[in-house]
Amino acid sequence: MNTQEKGARLGRDELAALVASDIKAGSYVNLGIGQPTLVSNYLRPEQSVTLHTENGMLGMGPEAHGDDIDEDLINAGKIPVTELPGASYFHHADSFAMMRGGHLDVCVLGAFQVSATGDLANWHTGAPDAIPAVGGAMDLATGAKEVYVMMSLFAKDGSSKLVEACTYPLTGVGCVTRIYTNDAVFLITADGVRVRETFGTTLAELQQRIPVPLQAAPLR
Amino acid sequence: MPTIAPSAAEAVAGIRDNSTVLIGGFGNAGQPMELINALLDGGATGLTVVNNNAGQGDAGLALLIKERRVRKIICSFPRQSDSWHFDAAYRAGEIELELVPQGNLAERIRAAGAGIGGFFTPTGYGTMLTEGRETRIIDGRGHVYETPIHADYALIKALTADRAGNLIYRKTARNFGPIMAAAAKASIVQVGSIVATGELDPENVVTPGIYVTTIVQINATTPAAAEHGVTQ
Repeated sequence: MNTQEKGARLGRDELAALVASDIKAGSYVNLGIGQPTLVSNYLRPEQSVTLHTENGMLGMGPEAHGDDIDEDLINAGKIPVTELPGASYFHHADSFAMMRGGHLDVCVLGAFQVSATGDLANWHTGAPDAIPAVGGAMDLATGAKEVYVMMSLFAKDGSSKLVEACTYPLTGVGCVTRIYTNDAVFLITADGVRVRETFGTTLAELQQRIPVPLQAAPLR
Repeated sequence: MPTIAPSAAEAVAGIRDNSTVLIGGFGNAGQPMELINALLDGGATGLTVVNNNAGQGDAGLALLIKERRVRKIICSFPRQSDSWHFDAAYRAGEIELELVPQGNLAERIRAAGAGIGGFFTPTGYGTMLTEGRETRIIDGRGHVYETPIHADYALIKALTADRAGNLIYRKTARNFGPIMAAAAKASIVQVGSIVATGELDPENVVTPGIYVTTIVQINATTPAAAEHGVTQ
């Protein structure tokens, strides 16, 4: 059992690069809107990762600019994108069947909170005056074989976003398998939360701030 | 066989007050803007609208909502940076919102077209969006029951139709088109071009003409569409 304790806290791009390097070659992957989108910048061609966008496409390429912008070719964030060789288009029910049916290998999502058992809260703050909007968040959370969360480990008030039980409205129950943060990588397992590596901190220091029992992860 | 309407106004002329209308499109891709504008001009009110969103900016569905012609909207993502007309109607209590996870929304529409009486899905199980709903544990996993969404009309946009009503789409503008065409009693489709029967390769037809009631040709208004041969 071992937690790798590494030098410095990761920056936003270093974190995206780490997630990208952990995605197995040949995977079909959906990257959520926001921070997870950065991961695409660090996927290497030899990984042969195929990106899915839930509005109906596999083989999505980089964001489109200038003359490449086509209003009929957008991603789930409604940003113009490009198509790569081998791309395919399909309707919405097929796109979500692909997701719900467990055909996607990895989905990377942002989060407000994740519980020790992998419950995810990322769609609604629960504020009484907020207009709720869910989009594909619940489908992504329940459908992919692996659900990776990318988030800051601590909220602005310093409280841990890895919690015993989510206080924000849930997106999915027991769905998250890994949490990537600037301070550490956590694995959600049947035996509890395990810390794979830390960045500029230690397992002991994290345990003082996180209200969930943490254990070192098995060696990779 | 479908009817070919001479204008968007005539294509939507039959839509009555209090109808349920499926409107295709994800953002602006595939949004049947001319049909929505014709519906706005036609005056039908008390509508229940099904769309992924609740209108963007000051066009199309957003204007239908602004004019308080939509009694209820069934959608997955109403709140956007430019959804100000929906936001205002919602905060004023003048529109009912049924919020549905996007994949469940798509599958509920598909179920209606396929004659399925609903389905159990893991999406949304254990969340506030499915509180009080019938649930079942299937293979050790929680599922929630979802009902089909039937409609009186579908307004959709495709790239090309033939005179038999067969449709092909373009890129991610396909989105809800095929499933909405099947789920409505009458499907009204705006296309960039209408070709003779037999000119579409049957292997490439996405929506078979059996699902299409009315076709209207709307000439392309954007450079991207024109470049790809949508204009006649």
